[in-house]
Amino acid sequence: MQEFSILIGGKAGFGIDKSSSIIGRLLNRLGYHIYIYRDYPSLIRGGHTFSIIRTSRNRIAAHTDKVDLVIALNQETLNLHKNRLKQECLFLFDSEQVKVDVKTCGLGIPLGKLLKEENAPDIMKNTCIIGAMVKALGLEFNILEDVLKKEIPKEIDLNIKVAKRGFDESKELIKIDSIAQKSLPLLSGNQAIALGLIKGGLKAYISYPMTPSSPVLHYLAEIADDFSLDVLHPESEIGVILMALGYSYMGKKSAVGTSGGGFCLMTESLSFAAMAELPIVIILGQRPGPSTGLPTYSAQTELHFALNAGQGEFVRFIVAPGDAEEAYYWSCVSMNMSWKYQIPSIILSDKNLGEGIFNFDISAVGELKEETPILWDRKPPYKRYLFTENGVSPLAFVTDKDAIVKVNSYEHDELGITTEEPKATMLMQEKLLRKEKFLLKDIDEHFKAVNVYGDKNSKTGLLCWGSNKGISIELGEKLGLKVIQPVVLNPFPVRQFQNAVSGLKRLICVENNATGQLAKLIKVHGFNVNEMLLKYDGREFSIEELEERIKEVLK
Amino acid sequence: MNPIKLGTDTQNTWCPGCGNFAILNAIKSVLTELHSEGLPLEDVVLVSGIGCHAKIVDYINVNSFYSIHGRVVPPAEAIKLANPKVKVIGFSGDGDSYGEGIEHLIFAAKRNIDITMIIHNNRVYGLTTGQYTPTSPLGFRGRSTPRGSMELPFNPLEVMLASGATFLARGTSHGIDLLKRIFKEAILHKGFSLVDVLQVCVTYSNLYEYYERRIYELKDYNATDYNQASNKIREWNYNNDASIALGVLYKKEMPTFEDRFLAGKTTEPKDKDLKIKQILEESI
Repeated sequence: MQEFSILIGGKAGFGIDKSSSIIGRLLNRLGYHIYIYRDYPSLIRGGHTFSIIRTSRNRIAAHTDKVDLVIALNQETLNLHKNRLKQECLFLFDSEQVKVDVKTCGLGIPLGKLLKEENAPDIMKNTCIIGAMVKALGLEFNILEDVLKKEIPKEIDLNIKVAKRGFDESKELIKIDSIAQKSLPLLSGNQAIALGLIKGGLKAYISYPMTPSSPVLHYLAEIADDFSLDVLHPESEIGVILMALGYSYMGKKSAVGTSGGGFCLMTESLSFAAMAELPIVIILGQRPGPSTGLPTYSAQTELHFALNAGQGEFVRFIVAPGDAEEAYYWSCVSMNMSWKYQIPSIILSDKNLGEGIFNFDISAVGELKEETPILWDRKPPYKRYLFTENGVSPLAFVTDKDAIVKVNSYEHDELGITTEEPKATMLMQEKLLRKEKFLLKDIDEHFKAVNVYGDKNSKTGLLCWGSNKGISIELGEKLGLKVIQPVVLNPFPVRQFQNAVSGLKRLICVENNATGQLAKLIKVHGFNVNEMLLKYDGREFSIEELEERIKEVLK
Repeated sequence: MNPIKLGTDTQNTWCPGCGNFAILNAIKSVLTELHSEGLPLEDVVLVSGIGCHAKIVDYINVNSFYSIHGRVVPPAEAIKLANPKVKVIGFSGDGDSYGEGIEHLIFAAKRNIDITMIIHNNRVYGLTTGQYTPTSPLGFRGRSTPRGSMELPFNPLEVMLASGATFLARGTSHGIDLLKRIFKEAILHKGFSLVDVLQVCVTYSNLYEYYERRIYELKDYNATDYNQASNKIREWNYNNDASIALGVLYKKEMPTFEDRFLAGKTTEPKDKDLKIKQILEESI
């Protein structure tokens, strides 16, 4: 089979998320590439939750509307998603919860009965039906056993028993073969960001819970001991960023993670970080707004907010990674850039990137190492804000002998003492801004800041950023379009972008917002798009949907 | 030990007669004393917010973090966690930490994190030219309340006691000897300490005579008794005409946040890349 997709759905609290990880891992081990799309409402119990696990022989990072198998833990799932099925009757369901119109259609498993016989709690229904799925796909049971051990360390024996009951109750519906392809690790975008920050030297992660970035906090808290990290969850996002700046003042690389609302609270300190030249990395996971908006859904609405947040004029580094490898790579680079230039970096993520599950191929990531910032040569007197050619002053830290380290939110002199002198003000403002030229040169010479994919000879370009990378590449290749994906969004890599779009007759911009934020950004640099394909319902583009919309404008 | 130069060459811009001078002189004297007793000055960090009080860090030749308005506490906490051997002294105003940044103060007290907060409580906004603050008396006529403030002040020490602070003291800007004693004791206290300094603002709220008539220093007082401390702290509510107790009002040894947070802290892995590789292998 070239590719197939499974949808599993139920009420929130049924363990749909866990189930999709188990299914994903299972199919991953057969050699397929995996992408998991997760759709869940902002509540704890009840409400409809589903995941689509798509597998393919090729690299993928998008889901399709049509699926090969639906697994329905409740009636709503079947009602809502039946029409997605490529073959009408290919669904598995809890026969005690779900009524079907045609008696012979689908495969019902009496989950409650099986669980009761095993004395197992209700929460194991998903394990039971996954057992049934394994047989429905024509797979051996033992492959599931090992996956369950990895995914559910708690009560594993009972889980295996329950899965086996489901397996025995089931029958083969379609045959999935394993393929001779090396299985790659599966990571969420959030995990990849976390690991990238660690690679870049992260010592302290501070965050206040907010979807879609909370999983970074949870994950780093879980692996804190492995890397000797300080992970803190303080009183508010204001406390968060100021604590992070306290850490970086002490020479400990720090990062924070939030979404739009939390970032609003952080902007005063973003500006402070710039003035005090304290390095900081901010993960900004976008979701639909304004305000609370749709907390558990996705958007690309904070590009201009990230570009312009904070009072005053200063340099910032902004990246928008498009998949797990880029999330890992650019998170490490963001940390390096923040410390090399003593500036804030913003990693623009979104719910689709952060919570989507991707294959992660570290060999495709490219050369990466933690860089050491420029340090004081230990010749007193130490000047925290020493004027230099590139605007970057050598760093010393508290407890360094003979160095008095004074950082200041006021305009200040080289020593860090407050000043309101006109000349000193001008010189210090120029010092701050001078960094941009060197940063841009650095990016332009050492990094692929703008990616090009698809048919490179095509005269029509598909422009995208962030989590629309995967779907744009897939459709670019299918429809013969050139795909352009700027990853660095500030300072904008004009030269690389110019090269990427040169020769194009037509540029189609794909974004998850209502105004075309990337289109607006490139316009400032003298580039225009011809069409905008915007989606702002919180959901990610499916392959079919975007393909149809591209074809419509190509007509 | 060599004599130390604690002053900077910066011109002092506080009003003549400002209560801040007493706080500056007291802390310099305490730092000198602590230094002579073996505290390396490079292990000290001063943190300040925004307001007249905050200029103090420009006048002391020691590591400093001149933060933004209301945000003294979070960086102070992080500095302590990043290196627990560092002595962190936060300076803040009543507008700064009792107003804009009160949440951080409450949480730092709740955590009992080992930092010292010195509050320049002049009960008026000075740098923004005379508005009422959370500790201004009812009816205070400021520029934002020309008809008089219409809310009662809160009692910051009562708030701090309820929040979990383990060292609470009060001094005034015209009792420098007492200030020195309580600053030193506060800095040496292991846990969250706060000193509320009733500070005279000669320009916008000169309460010198008001305080002179009411203050007394605590004698034969057991500061470790929570109930006694609670009563003593409530004796004067920052609005009534009661006597005002000065000195250490409450002091208790309790486990600190960093004791718990840093307990069992692992060392960095020798090979970080190997550890990442292991995590990736586990993710197949």
